[in-house]
Formats: sequence, C-alpha cells, structure tokens
Amino acid sequence: MADHASNGHQSNGTGGFTASGLRLKVGLAEMLKGGVIMDVIDADQAVIAEQAGAVAVMALERVPAQIRAQGGVARMSHPNMIKEVMAVVTIPVMAKARIGHFVEAQVLQELGVDFIDESEVLTPADEVHHINKHDFTTPFVCGAKNLGEALRRIAEGAAMIRTKGEPGTGDVIHAVRHMRQIVSEIKALTVLDPQELYAAAKNLQAPLELVQMVAKAGKLPVPNFSAGGIATPADAAMVRQLGAETVFVGSGIFMSDSTTKLEVGSFKPGDTFRHTDLIDGEPVAAERLGQKVDLAHFGKYRNPADRAEAESRAKAIVRAATFFDDPKIVAQCSADCMGAMKGLAVANIPAEEMMQNRGW
Amino acid sequence: MSPLTIGVLALQGAYDVHAKALTSLGAVPRLVRRPEELEGLDGLILPGGESTTILKFLERDNFFEALDAFVKETPTFGTCAGCILLAKDVNHPAQKSFAALDIAVERNAYGRQNDSKILFEPTTLAGGPLEMVFIRAPRINRVGADVEVLAEREEHPALVRSGHLLAATFHPELGSDVRVHQLFLDMVREHKDGRG
Repeated sequence: MADHASNGHQSNGTGGFTASGLRLKVGLAEMLKGGVIMDVIDADQAVIAEQAGAVAVMALERVPAQIRAQGGVARMSHPNMIKEVMAVVTIPVMAKARIGHFVEAQVLQELGVDFIDESEVLTPADEVHHINKHDFTTPFVCGAKNLGEALRRIAEGAAMIRTKGEPGTGDVIHAVRHMRQIVSEIKALTVLDPQELYAAAKNLQAPLELVQMVAKAGKLPVPNFSAGGIATPADAAMVRQLGAETVFVGSGIFMSDSTTKLEVGSFKPGDTFRHTDLIDGEPVAAERLGQKVDLAHFGKYRNPADRAEAESRAKAIVRAATFFDDPKIVAQCSADCMGAMKGLAVANIPAEEMMQNRGW
Repeated sequence: MSPLTIGVLALQGAYDVHAKALTSLGAVPRLVRRPEELEGLDGLILPGGESTTILKFLERDNFFEALDAFVKETPTFGTCAGCILLAKDVNHPAQKSFAALDIAVERNAYGRQNDSKILFEPTTLAGGPLEMVFIRAPRINRVGADVEVLAEREEHPALVRSGHLLAATFHPELGSDVRVHQLFLDMVREHKDGRG
C-alpha cells in the first residue's frame, strides 16, 4: 500500500489534480467502453459476472433492490467483502462511497479498488457537498440526471458519468429519461453561438470551460454510461442505442420474480453452511453444517437451477449490450434469458423514496 | 495512394479512441464486431480493454478461429489487452491467446488502477522519448529472438515488433504522440505493397 501512494504521487503530483492524473482516470473508463458493469454482493457473483463477460464489477453488500426493500442506512461495503471480490476476479473492481463521504472514499482508495462510485444508491452523508474527487488518485464515477449535474460532477473530478435511472426497480423509464435529457442538452449546446454559451453555463450551473468543451465536441469530456433499472437484454441495448457507452446493471441479474428465488451468491469464502443451503441441488446434511467454503469449489454449492438462471441472464445482457444495434442478436439474447427480475414501476414510488433525487 | 482501411476490434474497450487516431492519420477505420467484417481490411488493431471479456466474445461464432487466421497473415497491432491476445505465453492467470507473437506476457503485472502511470522513456523511434500511458498494464517478461524491442519500461519491453505484428503494453491512443500509430500504418503500407 505504501507503494501505491508513492507511485501515485510520482505520476500524479498532488492526488489526481493534474492533466496526467485525469488522463489515467479517464483512460480506465475508456477501457470499460462497450461492456456491462455488474453489481455483485460476494465473490461468487463476481466470478459469474466475469465468466459472463462483464468488464468490471461493483462490489456492494446489498444490491439496490435489496436496499430499497430493506431500507435503513446504506453505507460503504465491508472491506473484507471488497477484498474477496478483488482476489477472485482479474477485471476491475469498483465500490460505492456515500455522496460527500470523503472518508469512505479514502478507505476505498486505500483498499486499492479500481473505481469509486459516489453513489445515490447509498444514503448520502452530506446534504451540500460532493467529494472533491481531484484529491484522489483512484478515478470516480458519479450519477447525473441532466447535463448541468454531469458537468458539476466532472468539475469536481469525476472521470466517468452514469445516468441515474431509478435503481433497484427493474423499470428502465428513468434511465431512458435521463439519457435522452443529457443527449438532447448536449445537442442543444452544439448549435449555440460562442456568445450564447455564457448564459448557457449560467442556466446549467456548470463551469463555462466545460460548457464550451461540450459545445465544441458534441459530447461529454468523459465517458457517459447508463445505470438504473436496466433488467433485460433489450433494456441494455436500448440505452446503448440512446447513447450510453457502457451499461451498469444491478438487481436485474441476480434477482428473480417471486416464483423463483435466486440464491446465487449465498456463500462467501469462509462462510459456514446453513441448514437451508443446497449442495449440487441437494439439501446439506446436518453433519456437514459448519464446513468451510473453499474458493476452489466455488459454484458447486448451490442450487444449479438458480445459478444457471443467473448465468444465462448475465451472459445475455452482456451480449445484447455489445451487439446493441443488431436486432437479430438482441432477439436471440432475449430468448436465451431465463426469466427476469420482478419489476417495481417507478410511477408507484413516492417522490421521497426516489434514489435518483439524491445528489444535485 | 488510396487510404488504408484498418479494422478496430470493437467488442469492448478503447476502440473509438483508436478509430480517432487512425482518422487523424488519414486511414479509414472500420469497427469490427463480426468475423465477416475482417474481409478486405489492410490491417487490424486489437485495442485495450478487458482481455477476459474480449475472449468471451471471441469464443462464440467461430470468431476466435477467424481472427487467429487473420493475425497470422495480416498486419495487426495489439495494445494492452490486444498485446495479451497476440502473445505466445500468457500468465497470471494463464489464458488462451493467438500465440502469434513470440513474447511472454504477465497480466496486470504493474498492479491495479492506483499503480497506473504515464512515463516518458527512450525509444528507437525517431523523435525523442516516447510518452507511454500505462493503465493496469501487463508486462512483457520474455521476447523471442526475432522480436525487436522499440521501447522499454523498467528494463522490460513495452513496445515490440516482429514481422507484420506490433504490440504495446501501454496506450498510444490515449496520448497525443502519433508515432506508434504512424509506425503501424507504415508497416501496413509496406506489407500491402510487398504483396501487391
């Protein structure tokens, strides 16, 4: 870890607040383009995600749908869980810090995660300030509902933007709304006179330099991904066609409707079996309770039908996100996908329970 | 001189930055997502990204076999994950590859994202030190006798050439120095003229 700090400082000067530091951060985001980033709650789900072709995993204790159902304060994940996930996959590992919680972010950087998500899915820690992300060598991704919000996050040092959607619902409507909003606001800037950009910056509440940059390039200065409510291959292909460069999926992969309860990922290395658990589809005999789960046997100790369903869905969504503009392949992916998570229509969620309205 | 058509494997990763670099040098990029799109290309770039992810896609639809035959005949430039795909030996962990280029590569050998860095190092290319952007980079631990080393990082090769193949453990597409892409286009032109 001491090595990390010295290396970081050698190349980045003070934290990431240099052109080269930013280039390294945005560089990793470039490497993640055209793929799917999956929420995982343990090492086994991370293995399923990697095998399905995910470009990165987001390690968190509860997926958004669980957070939504269970309520309470949602915080940064336990470091041990994050370390386990980092140990079993070779793809980049991301983890979430609460909005404004710079100490959680310091902890995640110390753990060596590859990307920090300053996320509205967790309970915000500061009602005014977001994290000054220039202070870190680890790159950050932040959510945004519109262009002004995206540019404010970029000004604070975010190396990647993801549209917010409404996480944990399996309802894609707000991911679509926010992607359309940002894309159309960008388009609108490109037809303005240079003189008009000052007023545009004021209206967007974003720095003039960034507004000028977007007007000229016709795109954000960092990669723009999509997240929130994406649950099917067709959802993933749709947000890609609308302009998302990569797709974040959470609850859609590892949860199911009420008739099939997915238990994938119910074990962690070092866990002990519970009496309800299955080994190769058979209930665990009493004398085997307490046996340690060995990493080498990952995947053997669970209901094969559940695991197959999770694997089929993960693979189908990854493939649909890559071949998003080929209806024949997206149709095939949709057919390959066994079941879908139970949806929760965003229209039925009271405004105060919306996660997307956290952050500003 | 008609412009060169260069494919960029676009299953996942930094394909659009490569396409931009090619356009700036007068070549015509073509994003390649299916085996049949390799037809008629003068050269190909295998971009950086996640090599495990790219492999998952290649293992479907006979794409691996099509690409395997392609890179053994046609000029190909692999950066980072692309370099891993071209290498004869891949370690940490071992992984399938085209084994077209006689080098041994260790994945993520320089650490995670916090260890990513930008270096300026000497190179045999004309024009002084080369800017190299390393992102979760692999390391070349061994090169065969026929492999020419054009730049190094900490005494390990970082840019290598062998016949019609070029490979870099860094990302020239993320910098402003176009010499590496220009070298590749020169290789493609030579190869095309030699064959024609």
